[in-house]
Amino acid sequence: MEIKSPAFKENARIALHDVNLQKALGNLKAGFPVKRSTAVARMPEFDQLRDEGTALKNHILENLDIYLEQFEANVIKNGGHVHWCRTPDDACKKILEICKEVDAKTVTKGKSMVSEEINLNDYLEKNGVEPIETDLGEYILQLRGDHPSHIIAPAIHLNLEDVSEIFHEKHNRPKSSDPAVLMQEAREMLREKFAGADVGITGANFLVAETGSTIIVTNEGNGDLTQTLPKTHIVVTSIEKVVPTLEDMTLFLRLLARSATGQEFTVYNTLSTGPRRAEDQDGPENFHVVLVDNGRSEMVGTEFQDMLRCIRCSACMNHCPVYGAVGGHSYGWVYPGPMGSVLTPQMVGIENAGLLPNASTFCGKCESVCPVRIPLPKLMRHWREDEFAKHLSPKAVRWGIGGWAFFAKRPALYRLLAVSSNLFLRLMAGKKGRIKKIPMAGGWTDWRDMPAPSGKTFMSQYKSRKQS
Amino acid sequence: MLASEKPIQVGLFVTCLVDMFRPSIGFATIKLLENAGCNVTVPEAQTCCGQPAFNSGDKKTTQDIARQTITAFDGFEYVVGPSGSCIGMLHQYVDLFDDTDPWKARAEDLRNRAFEITSFLVDVIDFDSMLASYEGNVTYHDSCAGLRELGVKQQPRKLLANVANLSLTEMEDAETCCGFGGTFCVKYPEISNRMVENKSANVQVSGATTLLGGDLGCLLNMAGKLKRQGHKIETRHIVEVLAGMTDEPAIGDSAYELGQPA
Repeated sequence: MEIKSPAFKENARIALHDVNLQKALGNLKAGFPVKRSTAVARMPEFDQLRDEGTALKNHILENLDIYLEQFEANVIKNGGHVHWCRTPDDACKKILEICKEVDAKTVTKGKSMVSEEINLNDYLEKNGVEPIETDLGEYILQLRGDHPSHIIAPAIHLNLEDVSEIFHEKHNRPKSSDPAVLMQEAREMLREKFAGADVGITGANFLVAETGSTIIVTNEGNGDLTQTLPKTHIVVTSIEKVVPTLEDMTLFLRLLARSATGQEFTVYNTLSTGPRRAEDQDGPENFHVVLVDNGRSEMVGTEFQDMLRCIRCSACMNHCPVYGAVGGHSYGWVYPGPMGSVLTPQMVGIENAGLLPNASTFCGKCESVCPVRIPLPKLMRHWREDEFAKHLSPKAVRWGIGGWAFFAKRPALYRLLAVSSNLFLRLMAGKKGRIKKIPMAGGWTDWRDMPAPSGKTFMSQYKSRKQS
Repeated sequence: MLASEKPIQVGLFVTCLVDMFRPSIGFATIKLLENAGCNVTVPEAQTCCGQPAFNSGDKKTTQDIARQTITAFDGFEYVVGPSGSCIGMLHQYVDLFDDTDPWKARAEDLRNRAFEITSFLVDVIDFDSMLASYEGNVTYHDSCAGLRELGVKQQPRKLLANVANLSLTEMEDAETCCGFGGTFCVKYPEISNRMVENKSANVQVSGATTLLGGDLGCLLNMAGKLKRQGHKIETRHIVEVLAGMTDEPAIGDSAYELGQPA
């Protein structure tokens, strides 16, 4: 996927003026956060679960190699295969290889952000394999040639009219704006695809080391059909998803559903443990797990290790006032919002994604709702430090900070600067209490007045009061 | 406070914005502290808490300023400031130094002594005497750092409940960021503008005639927007109301425009 993060500001400007997008984002704000807070209020021990989840994730990350190897051994014991892929390219190649082995023409896909991360659909299409998204949101996006703008509600940037429009165009049926009719239409279209697919690709929310199982949670049941009907099931996921036991998994399922959609439990929780056995009624004949690293193992042992606790619930973006204003596409790559502002620089380079960790007021709302207590503002600040140390921050910022720091580190000189700036602003305001336009400060005065200083600086007034 | 007790020695952290834009907030803070029986000193060696450098990724400058601030406030029982954001920054100094660095312990010591003004009055010295009088319907904006870093939520409300004639109406999304964010508001002006537009709309819907808050950065941003939009709502720092120092025109107003003698 093309990286559009360097154009974040321009993307954001367009998004702020996009009436349809703003309408859709309004629905988001009234939806997930309200549902989450209702679910949390019903569970008095929720914060305790968060602590347990955080501690458990920390333990896993300290022993990541051990649990991954245990997971691999158990997948193999169950008759499946595990493929370790360091880069997105490695992962795409491996998946194509598996598809070619079974001579696959079409693959059905459950929703997977890792598959977005490795840009799998484009790769398969280029190599003669047709991927078919089966999550309703992803299906709509695929028809539109669009990409997810949210990690659990991929088409959240669209409105009903957009769906109605594209279904009419692509399905060749009468136009309808009844959600039930549209849903039925998508069902019928997808039903035959499910039956005809050679390979089913899903992601995984968690990998269970003790059993070699993978699990996906969905509210549509499309994942079940994707992974049980075709002869081959490929799970494409990332290394930090491993948990030690089934019981550990349930802790995260409880945190995930409440944090994401405010549900107590997601509707479908589907475990896959190896290929179909002789006594099984259904299931794939081949079971592959493609484990993607893509920079994650480099984060272990660094200040960014905390980010690997993420369980992809989306609470951070659902509550983020910046995401709420500009939507997910503005971030310009796969993962938006606060979690994306930390992950994207890791995956595409800080030189491409530096604007993302800067696009935060550090209001701290994301951290306050994170089920695994990731210190997202702190991690965004680490990226700013990295950017500053590499001299990547804009010159205006570096010079501004440098000039300001010269005075801030010298209290006597700082007093002089404060007195003269204070006087300058009061002169500009004249008899008014505020200033309409300040040269070089258009960032402020283009949008709001600058209240004028109400008198001489505090320090000078305090000094004269003390002397008198 | 009993007369026989030794007064509490407080160092006032003025904050650079109060110094520059609204000295009355500093004097109101001093008045509140003195009324509560504190002895207030304003160390001369203070400038800014260092947040502009900290949030721009300039760790070295932040460390320099942290050391300067720590030294300036050595020896005070408490360090109090009229800002959750700046006091929150003082609390974060501990993260700037390695465990083996002697400044780490000094930063921890400062953190234990540093309080936002409403939190200090309520949580530390349990000050709940009847305060000033203020005619008006106010709404309170919870600034992010105070709320989420320092747990300032009920303290300002508890103090406002002790102000005669004042009624408080909570606005929708009082805890949502106003879009100021320090350098954020000039680095991402259009996003910041959308956030402060949302805030302005919520203030108006609340029906309040006065908007109060505990951080001048946010107040300048919100007052600037309300004024640009032509609203009559007054914006003030909470300490002005608590200390009964509301004779001065509100933020963004001038005595001349209000027809008052200068």
